[in-house]
Amino acid sequence: MTIHRWTWQSQLTFALAAGVIAILGLVPSFASDGVIERLTVLFIYVILAAMWNALAGYGGLVSIGNQLFFGLGAYATIRLADAGINPFAAMSLGAGIVAGLSWLLSLFMLHLRAGEFAIGMWVLASIAHLCVNLDPLIQGETGTSLIALNAYAIDARRVLIFWAALIGMVGLLALLFAVLRTPSGLAMQAIRDNEEAADSVGVNPMRTKRLFFVLAGFGTAVAGALWLAQVSAFQPKTYFSVQWTAYMIFMVLVGGLGRFEGAILGALIFFAAETWFADTGVWYLIGLGAAALLFSLLLPKGLWGWIATRTGVSLMPLGYRVHVDTQSETGR
Amino acid sequence: MTNILIQAVLLGGYYALIACGLAFMFQVMRVINLAHGSLAVVSAYAVWSLSDSFGGSPFVSLLAVVPLMGVAGWLLQRLVLERAVRGGELLPVLSTFGLAIVLDNLLFQQFGANTRSLSPMVGDLSWEAFELPGNIYVGKLPVYILITVIVIIGALDLLLKRTALGRQIRATAADPDTAGLVGVDARRTAGIAAALACMTVAVSGAALGLRGTFDAYAGAPQLLFAFEATIIGGARSLWGVLAGAIVLAVAQSFGAQIHPQGFLLGGHLVFLVVLFVRLALKGRSLNLMHILRATGKGAAQ
Repeated sequence: MTIHRWTWQSQLTFALAAGVIAILGLVPSFASDGVIERLTVLFIYVILAAMWNALAGYGGLVSIGNQLFFGLGAYATIRLADAGINPFAAMSLGAGIVAGLSWLLSLFMLHLRAGEFAIGMWVLASIAHLCVNLDPLIQGETGTSLIALNAYAIDARRVLIFWAALIGMVGLLALLFAVLRTPSGLAMQAIRDNEEAADSVGVNPMRTKRLFFVLAGFGTAVAGALWLAQVSAFQPKTYFSVQWTAYMIFMVLVGGLGRFEGAILGALIFFAAETWFADTGVWYLIGLGAAALLFSLLLPKGLWGWIATRTGVSLMPLGYRVHVDTQSETGR
Repeated sequence: MTNILIQAVLLGGYYALIACGLAFMFQVMRVINLAHGSLAVVSAYAVWSLSDSFGGSPFVSLLAVVPLMGVAGWLLQRLVLERAVRGGELLPVLSTFGLAIVLDNLLFQQFGANTRSLSPMVGDLSWEAFELPGNIYVGKLPVYILITVIVIIGALDLLLKRTALGRQIRATAADPDTAGLVGVDARRTAGIAAALACMTVAVSGAALGLRGTFDAYAGAPQLLFAFEATIIGGARSLWGVLAGAIVLAVAQSFGAQIHPQGFLLGGHLVFLVVLFVRLALKGRSLNLMHILRATGKGAAQ
């Protein structure tokens, strides 16, 4: 009997992922402007899904207020760029500031349970929205735009934002992967499965929950800053809209709650659904809501959870697998 | 000053009306129903549609909508919550949020972006007022809403404390498995509790429409107000929720005096302060009713 992390599937996945990332990095040299812009959007969706999944899937913290981080990431970028900082530096610095803020928030938000935490986050997002509206630079709901980006020519700007989004996505996924493989990540997955039991074997739920909360705050703020760079307009109403969280929930629930691969799969499905059905307007939103409702009731582990339990496939080496001589494999 | 305070207490009556269903469901089933606000808006549209097509008073339409919402609540429990609760405490949050998105957008699809109001349908009642000494006018409608919520909370309180059904509901809330062992049909009890909660939602929907205008997406703010009132009030007793709702409304009204945008901010901030204080007093229970009683005693002495 042997215990190992890597399977041939996960090794193949890593090779493929490296290849895909390399090809994506070269996309601007041959693809059309439209493709570059749509791929940037896809990268942002992957970040949003992965970060919401880190919080809910691994941390057991369902938030209806992740638009808080998204909006603040964009707002911090606007503010810093207005102070004369290079817009790309402002994006990462702004996300760092939001990470610090989320650490402060975690001090009291993490004491709330389930539904209380979920709506409590929504209230915080609403407070942030109202406060941002008070800033004279933003001009209330009229909003403003990231003027500093005008320093770049339109073509160069598009490619720079594309690379920024690609680096952001790969970096955040790698960070999440690394965190999940640390003892804290293992602890987080134990808390997800049973908080009391995890507590009883010496896991400190508050410390690990805080780690994931800050990570999610940082990552979602990066996504908000990237979105701002992509569309350049900042209107508080659109950034602090609960719709962003609805998208995140859809992606993660459909893809697979608590599965690393699930969030990416969910983002791809959402991206496809948006490309094909966004024109149907209200029915598209009804479909998203209905999918979230049905998946949470009928298939709470999402598509990837269903695939993984059926086939035993694990593309990411996040758990330990016991390999018995009879070739029968058991998951973690 | 007195005027602002009186108007705020009346507004608190409305918040308590919308919050009591949420708090009741939370107490009994440990579920925060994120579709709560949307269901109130659904009720408001239902009352509006009935009165619009049959020409009756909204109060008559409400009599038809209340049992309908009761059935909706029972179905919500049977089809959604019961299943979701079995999967842990996170799934009810997700499924009711999905339901809220569906309801909001279906309403938008059906009724469009125009705002609606029930106040044109009740004639003079929408602007009539009682005159209090000191040239203070209070609208009759907000007074009736406050009386309604006191009656509803009183009735729910009596039901929980004095009746066999109430005992079963409390037993199910405390421990559904043990309640089942001593012969309580937990499924039936939870269904009835959800039906009762949704019947109060129907009334609060009508109140929403009578007080002002509403549109398809008005559910989210109602949910936040209901949630804040519940948390401020301590979520333990429905009378606490009434007190919490009044505190919320007072904070909002004073916020509005300080800054034009301060109305919502004032409410949110008092919510945060209560949260902070509760954490600071962690271990000791912070129940607003206790504080009110204690200060009331202090004032009397």
